Amino acid sequence: MSIFEYNGCALVAMVGKNCFAIASDRRLGVQLQTIATDFQKIYKIHEKLFIGLSGLATDAQTLYQRLVFRHKLYELREERDMKPETFASLVSALLYEKRFGPYFCQPVIAGLGDEDKPFICTMDSIGAKELAKDFVVAGTASESLYGACESMFKPDMEPEELFETISQALLSSVDRDCLSGWGGHVYVHTN
Amino acid sequence: MESVFGLVGKDFAIVAADSSAVHSILVHKTNEDKIMLLDSHKLMGASGETGDRAQFTEYIQKNVALYQFRNGIPLTTAAAANFTRGELATALRKNPYMVNIIMAGHDKDVGPSLYFIDYIASLHKLDKAAFGYGSYFALSMMDRHYRKDMTVEEAIDLVDKVIMEIRSRLVVAPPNFVIKIVDKDGAREYAWRESIKDAPVPAV
Repeated sequence: MSIFEYNGCALVAMVGKNCFAIASDRRLGVQLQTIATDFQKIYKIHEKLFIGLSGLATDAQTLYQRLVFRHKLYELREERDMKPETFASLVSALLYEKRFGPYFCQPVIAGLGDEDKPFICTMDSIGAKELAKDFVVAGTASESLYGACESMFKPDMEPEELFETISQALLSSVDRDCLSGWGGHVYVHTN
Repeated sequence: MESVFGLVGKDFAIVAADSSAVHSILVHKTNEDKIMLLDSHKLMGASGETGDRAQFTEYIQKNVALYQFRNGIPLTTAAAANFTRGELATALRKNPYMVNIIMAGHDKDVGPSLYFIDYIASLHKLDKAAFGYGSYFALSMMDRHYRKDMTVEEAIDLVDKVIMEIRSRLVVAPPNFVIKIVDKDGAREYAWRESIKDAPVPAV
């Protein structure tokens, strides 16, 4: 079994009209056994920036602690929050640092950039960024999520419709994946 | 294979572990204590590689004591759990400890808490947790009978149900278990559940 499938995770982020949504499942497992049904995979970096970390839970926790450390230092020095694009480059750099002994994580980043323009991106475990204008997915249910998002997504959705769309895309995808599920956490951010 | 499990009750937490020390097909002893008292109000039940278990738990215990000496106040359960996770995570890509841990503690402000820490340093706060082959039976029994805010009697009754299940359904079932409890009055041994007693060895 792949190390990325050890704990199980499903992550998705979508762009709407002046808003974004990011959602994850809630399962923490050890291969076939479910340990918890309330495990958090999406973390807030600052008011307008969220990161979801899929893959191996221990590396997600370590990576999150390193990112919070780096962001807090940045905030102290620059006296402002990091822009999502900058943060994505930071995550990419941290992951590539471990190129030959990587963190087994796939992050999904969602935030509001300059003039509150929504920003989403994902990257692989060694930091190859993938920017998208509509949606990004990660985790064990990613193939189902691609299909669900492609069919349900419309550009420029209002927050309420965006919430509904991302929730249905998540729930229908995790229902076909035994390693993720047990509910969902959905964050919808408007300004 | 070693079984450790634990649960949180009304104002206490319980950790139980089997007490057999096994090497391949040989049982060295049946009264091995795998639940370490970290300080006055913390317990750490550990399962896994025998040497790693003994060394790592003692290392954590001494570091928890050192913190108290240096700073004059004890670590909270959450802090001790995160420290333990940090040590496991640092060692993971160098020289990993093959130890699974259930940490239970009681803090004045927060009450009882239980932390699940995998050997690859995945940390999660839970109400009930289990490791080992016994976990297949322990988690199912606890899912069925566990309720929030159980009394000590009810919780021990559930622990005994789990032990009964492990003894009857696991093919190489450990005969003896130790149960420890932590509440506002501190961490202490609660009981042993023995079906085989070792012959007593006279002190030299």
